[in-house]
Amino acid sequence: MAETIIEVKNLHKQFGDNVILKDISISVEKGEVIVLIGPSGCGKSTFLRCLNGLEPIQGGSVTLHGEPVLYGKKSLTKIRQHIGMVFQSYDLFPHMTIAQNIALAPLKVQKRDKKEVEEETLKLLDRVGLAGKADSYPNELSGGQKQRAAIVRSLIIHPDIILLDEITAALDPEMVHEVLKVVLDLAKSGTTMMIVTHEMAFAKAVADRVIFLDGGEIVEEGTPDEFFDAPKTERAKQFLKTFTYSD
Amino acid sequence: MEGLKIVFEGNNFLRLLSGLWVTIRIALISIGFSLILGSLLGAAMRMKSKAVRAVCRAYLEIVRIMPQLVWLFIVFFGIVRTLGINLSGETSAIIVFTIWGTAEMGDLIRGGFESVPVHQYESSTSLGLTKFQAYIYVIFPQAIRLLIPNIINLSTRMIKTTALVSLIGVTEVLKVGKQIIDANRFEAPNAALWVYGTIFVMYFAVCFPLSMLSTAIEKKQKKLSA
Repeated sequence: MAETIIEVKNLHKQFGDNVILKDISISVEKGEVIVLIGPSGCGKSTFLRCLNGLEPIQGGSVTLHGEPVLYGKKSLTKIRQHIGMVFQSYDLFPHMTIAQNIALAPLKVQKRDKKEVEEETLKLLDRVGLAGKADSYPNELSGGQKQRAAIVRSLIIHPDIILLDEITAALDPEMVHEVLKVVLDLAKSGTTMMIVTHEMAFAKAVADRVIFLDGGEIVEEGTPDEFFDAPKTERAKQFLKTFTYSD
Repeated sequence: MEGLKIVFEGNNFLRLLSGLWVTIRIALISIGFSLILGSLLGAAMRMKSKAVRAVCRAYLEIVRIMPQLVWLFIVFFGIVRTLGINLSGETSAIIVFTIWGTAEMGDLIRGGFESVPVHQYESSTSLGLTKFQAYIYVIFPQAIRLLIPNIINLSTRMIKTTALVSLIGVTEVLKVGKQIIDANRFEAPNAALWVYGTIFVMYFAVCFPLSMLSTAIEKKQKKLSA
């Protein structure tokens, strides 16, 4: 039996009267890579933010290893050490070097040994092709390099799952590839991930399961082959059509 | 040239220096209080309560609208005399400059914190940092970097504005200068130029290094945030 990392049951989310997500249920197994796709404004990013308690939810539940993720509660700090998150705008801390950015959480939150953290930082930076950048400041790096550093920053806390929120959306096209290669490499090594992306080719390559969200609900769910080659619903067909330029 | 001689005659120059010290003392104490109270005001202005924010806003506007000289007169001649409390001119000056400095400092500090993007806070807490840790390691250091040049600029403004306190009888550098000129009215009719010129150089010597410092920090700042 596979081990369930995150369990979402009947999640309901609204901003004021505006319903963003309705009745979403998903469970993520260890080692699984789930890609969320859907039109802009369909609630994909909001959904990811609900998973690590950045947004309050109005109904249903989110649990990590059976522990409830509760917005604004103290227990959240502990739960978040098991959930890595990488944002579209990288959000490295500009006043710290790359190494300091990466070491902040392991040292201050997890109270790990300084030497061990330093060694792991260098090892991970090397793994994503950023060897030699440890002492640079974020503004000295390209967008793609920053995003890879941000991935390392979430990896080093050894999370059970990593949430990637449109991590290539702000990048120049030639830099998208280098970042996605890192994510593919992570997927191969068994990292559990939930990915929001607009890169369809990448989604097809990386996903174990594709979830198509539209209008705040799960419209279709399946393996990448099923979804991309033979979508069952009309809405998914329409959506996929917008990515092809032949009629 | 007898004007220049007057500046260095007897203990005149020493008197000017001790007047300058009064100026600096008033400014330093007021700046110190303003920093502490301004931090509190800045924090209050970021509170969720609309009532608290409205009160802060009103305070800020009232203080800014009125010239500092009017405040000095109100405190020194008005409130103090009416209430029968005997405050020295220097104490009144410190009160007024603290009231003003707190308003300006509070607004600067509010702006400094608001300029740190909310994403910085979210990504720090996503890493498992507590709210407190996020402020200590991520938000404060960035806000302070943005704030330091502005705080230095405000400080130079406060130092310069202390010249007004001679009008409520505080013997600061300008007042000493006037005394020296008056005492030598007949021997050296052109003393004004030299005495005030000396005071000009003194103010410059105090404020210019501060202004240089603020420019230097701002430059370094730009490099980091690009």
